[in-house]
Amino acid sequence: MYPFKDDKNKIQNDSNINEIIDESILLEAEIEKKYSKSSLYKDAWKRLVRNKLAMVGLAIVILMAVIAIFSPFIAPYNPIDRIKEASQKGPSLQHWFGTDILGRDIFSRVLYGTRISMLVGVVAVAISLAIGLFLGALSGFFGGVSDAVIMRIADIFFAFPYILGAIVIMTVLGPGVLNVFIAIGILGWASVARLFRSSILSIKEKEYIEAARALGASNSRIIIKHIFPNSFAPIIVYSTMNVGTAIIVEAALSFLGLGVQPPTPSWGKMLSESLGYINTSPWMMFFPGIAILITCLGFVLLGDGLRDAFDPRLKR
Amino acid sequence: MFYYILKRILQIIPVVIGITILLFVLMYVIPEDPARLILEKGATPQALQNLREKMGIDKPVYVQYWRYVKQLSKGDLGTSYRYRRSVNSILAEHYPNSIKLAFVAIIIETIIGLLAGIISAVRKYSFLDVLVTVSTTILVCIPVYWLGMLLQIGFGLKLGWLPMSGMGDGSIRFYILPAITLASVSTAFVARITRSTMLDVMSNDYIRTAYAKGLSNNSVIYKHGLKNALIPVVTYIGIDLGTLMGGAILTETIFAWPGVGRTIYLAILQRDAPVVIGGTIVLVLIFVFMNLFVDIIYAILDPRIRLEGGGNINV
Repeated sequence: MYPFKDDKNKIQNDSNINEIIDESILLEAEIEKKYSKSSLYKDAWKRLVRNKLAMVGLAIVILMAVIAIFSPFIAPYNPIDRIKEASQKGPSLQHWFGTDILGRDIFSRVLYGTRISMLVGVVAVAISLAIGLFLGALSGFFGGVSDAVIMRIADIFFAFPYILGAIVIMTVLGPGVLNVFIAIGILGWASVARLFRSSILSIKEKEYIEAARALGASNSRIIIKHIFPNSFAPIIVYSTMNVGTAIIVEAALSFLGLGVQPPTPSWGKMLSESLGYINTSPWMMFFPGIAILITCLGFVLLGDGLRDAFDPRLKR
Repeated sequence: MFYYILKRILQIIPVVIGITILLFVLMYVIPEDPARLILEKGATPQALQNLREKMGIDKPVYVQYWRYVKQLSKGDLGTSYRYRRSVNSILAEHYPNSIKLAFVAIIIETIIGLLAGIISAVRKYSFLDVLVTVSTTILVCIPVYWLGMLLQIGFGLKLGWLPMSGMGDGSIRFYILPAITLASVSTAFVARITRSTMLDVMSNDYIRTAYAKGLSNNSVIYKHGLKNALIPVVTYIGIDLGTLMGGAILTETIFAWPGVGRTIYLAILQRDAPVVIGGTIVLVLIFVFMNLFVDIIYAILDPRIRLEGGGNINV
């Protein structure tokens, strides 16, 4: 490297040049950090953070998750305790959101209701993802008969309007939280499968997959290492939005008396309990509805932001 | 073109067969003995057994399914356990009410959604655009039955302008609140789709050409812009008509609207399986055929679709 001994000594003695070399190495590292290591997800994250509406959505989602986890510590009253002398009281300092017909504190019930909603949203979407990703991968990667069969089954699921499908399944399974998970989870798989399949089909044709195959990578390695990470973006967007949808559907099922059963506090159930009293105690129906609206809004705003972040060309 | 339509129709067949199997299995699984529902309490075991044999529910599932398919192919949806009337006559009585409501809702969502979408696309980033964007995002998240309750309180109870529920004498006053409720989410989607396709179209070269040759603003927007932006909007509205005619369970329940959605809901509460299954089959078939119809129309309007094979839009 140093053909002339003198030069080597000269460079070693010259602290100025050493500094320049150090700096250039640092700069190189920085450039590498900035460009070569930046992935789809890092870029997307940077764009997401700059999107104010998406950050509002993220804040709502985090807030709701915190409330769901810590509701026993935040709630001023036990959500199923009946306070006899305080039936149908309007919002006050003692009961911020008022009390319901049985004298239960609505603020505490709304806080506890976050648990069911968030749980149903997350678990139901996780079930959809588990089934949908597996069948979508099977369908997209291997094609042929399995593709045809899976997609026709998906068509059957698409043929049911969402709420109607959920109601039919709940009628069969009977009410209960666990069954709500299953009903909403099962209904969502077809969309995930179709999305993942089309995502895989477009990525399958890319040169780098061919290169991996030429190097002798196995099917499972190609799916897990190459196709999965690259076809995940639309799934993340869809799932985020779908948590919002699942929360609304759960509320609708509980509202119709097919979902979560009393005394477990659920926003949909609280709305149906308020039905006979919208004249005398409108606060009974106001606050649970606002809670559903805000939570769903959080997931939809975040999902919108994620879509723009993953595909900046779509942003207008 | 012919092959595309043929392909789409052939695709429908396994779906329809699958739906009947799925619903039949669900009906079979519902853990309730129909014989007990039909006969009074205290019926002798012998009477129950006789009825079961008469209805054929003591036979294996596949025999029952075959019977059911034969019955279905004649257009017979069975007999209600509760009302001892044919499901066909029950649906025929209530279905027109649902269709009328769906049409009023479609008119509302088309007018308001299109206008809102055009305004926000033409005045991009203006106050109105932000207002439309914010309100459509909120509308998507409002639970329809909650919106219905709010409208009932506001316009029915406090202001007393409109009837709170029921169909009354069938005059238009009874339609307004339920139709707005039913149309709410779709209006938001129509506005969003119109906005994004309008923005897409308005950035085309031929729009610039139209401006350059001195056409008025309105003429460019409506004759050149909107006309080309309409296809996806019309597609959405077509599919939505299928959805609204089947998805009105919540709205009809809240407003005590004597339609098919509420009928199905009441039948679920009463465990009246033939009405539930029959009603669901009809709604799902309408949904499937509406989608087929929209796909075909779309293929006629836009030749590119035929080559791709056409996608099913999930609502």
